[in-house]
Amino acid sequence: MKKRNWILYAALAIMLALPALSPLEQSVAAASPAAVDVKIDNFSFLPPTLTVKVGTQITWTNDDDIPHNVVSNDQSFKSRVLDTDEKFTYTVSKPGTYIYYCSIHPKMTGKIVVE
Amino acid sequence: MPQQKTSDVILYDHNRDGVDRRGFLKCMAWAGTGALCVLQGGVLKSYALDDSSGMHKAAKADFSFVQISDSHMGFNKAANPDVVATMKVAIDKIRALPVAPEFILHTGDITHLSKPSEFDTVDQLLKAAPAKDVFFVPGEHDVLEDNGQQYRDRYGESTKGDGWYSFDKKGVHFVGLVNVMNLKAGGMGSLGHEQLEWLEDDVKHLSKSTPVVVFAHVPLWTIYPDWGWGTDDSAQALSYLKRFGSVTVLNGHIHQTMQKVEGNITFHTATSTAFPQPRPGEAPSPGPMKVPAEKLRSLLGVTDVNYMRKRHALAVIDSTLE
Repeated sequence: MKKRNWILYAALAIMLALPALSPLEQSVAAASPAAVDVKIDNFSFLPPTLTVKVGTQITWTNDDDIPHNVVSNDQSFKSRVLDTDEKFTYTVSKPGTYIYYCSIHPKMTGKIVVE
Repeated sequence: MPQQKTSDVILYDHNRDGVDRRGFLKCMAWAGTGALCVLQGGVLKSYALDDSSGMHKAAKADFSFVQISDSHMGFNKAANPDVVATMKVAIDKIRALPVAPEFILHTGDITHLSKPSEFDTVDQLLKAAPAKDVFFVPGEHDVLEDNGQQYRDRYGESTKGDGWYSFDKKGVHFVGLVNVMNLKAGGMGSLGHEQLEWLEDDVKHLSKSTPVVVFAHVPLWTIYPDWGWGTDDSAQALSYLKRFGSVTVLNGHIHQTMQKVEGNITFHTATSTAFPQPRPGEAPSPGPMKVPAEKLRSLLGVTDVNYMRKRHALAVIDSTLE
């Protein structure tokens, strides 16, 4: 009797968990390739190299006390000047390797590989 | 380092020019320490700021001018929440000089974010300074978003290209250069081909005994490439100045004083009136250096330059805002 109850409870638990799991999995699957953050800190882009899928939204946030910007070498994207805590978002649309830099402090460079 | 007399003895004089490399190194002042350097016929002499013989020489100058730099108007972070107040102190310092300067040079980063209101505030503050003229060169913070159009609308009336120009004052030739435009990924400051050609032509007609003062925002000598503290094509510019007996290069950008003498060329960087930056490599980045409030004014300052016509000598005096 005890054993049968245990099986019943286990089956019930699985049945309850299943519908809860599936929407969670879906939302993770929908968000994960779409948004990535790059931190601008100590005159560096972190991470300096990013590998993402086409359609990914990249958001740079300036954590420095000094303004920076984000400019790709081929001019395919260019932010306005970002003061402290300001953000710039760009969605990559074509596969390729993009080198970008801060045109105010050109020693700061970063790379995005779009697959 | 602050209060020492440094060049009494010439230890090494390989070029027989009265210049001792060790003497130069001793003269290097890192942060607003108040050193007076006199370059006279290729001989460098340095005095502590309170050394009466040095001040005596400076007082006999034919004319003097003051360099201020990096006022970063609009900056309000922890390293200095009140850049208006410190700039006012700098101007008071200029007003207190025994002889009013002929003019003021501002070596860039006038503003923090190129905002019209920031330029307006600096212009307003400078009205209290006892000088007939103020000459500017732009820093990278003055040409944000518009490739320097607003800067040139305000200060570039009689300039060429991105805002470079020259003028003569009592026998000294002054050249203002722009090295903060069209910067390339991974690079440092840049003068560019057009400006270099203009410079070559500008100094061609001068006799080699003409003292030349070159001023620009980013240092025209490589101080620390990892932080971009240098100008990629400065060697080309300096090659046009080699034939002159006395060349003084005045820069800002690094928010601390540094000096170097190479051959006939004396390099000097000025302190900021806004906030200090770390010594090369002594911090993870060149960002604003936070120091205790009571220490801040000892790391900010102005630079007073005196010219003695008879000796073709320029004396550079740094003083802090304390």
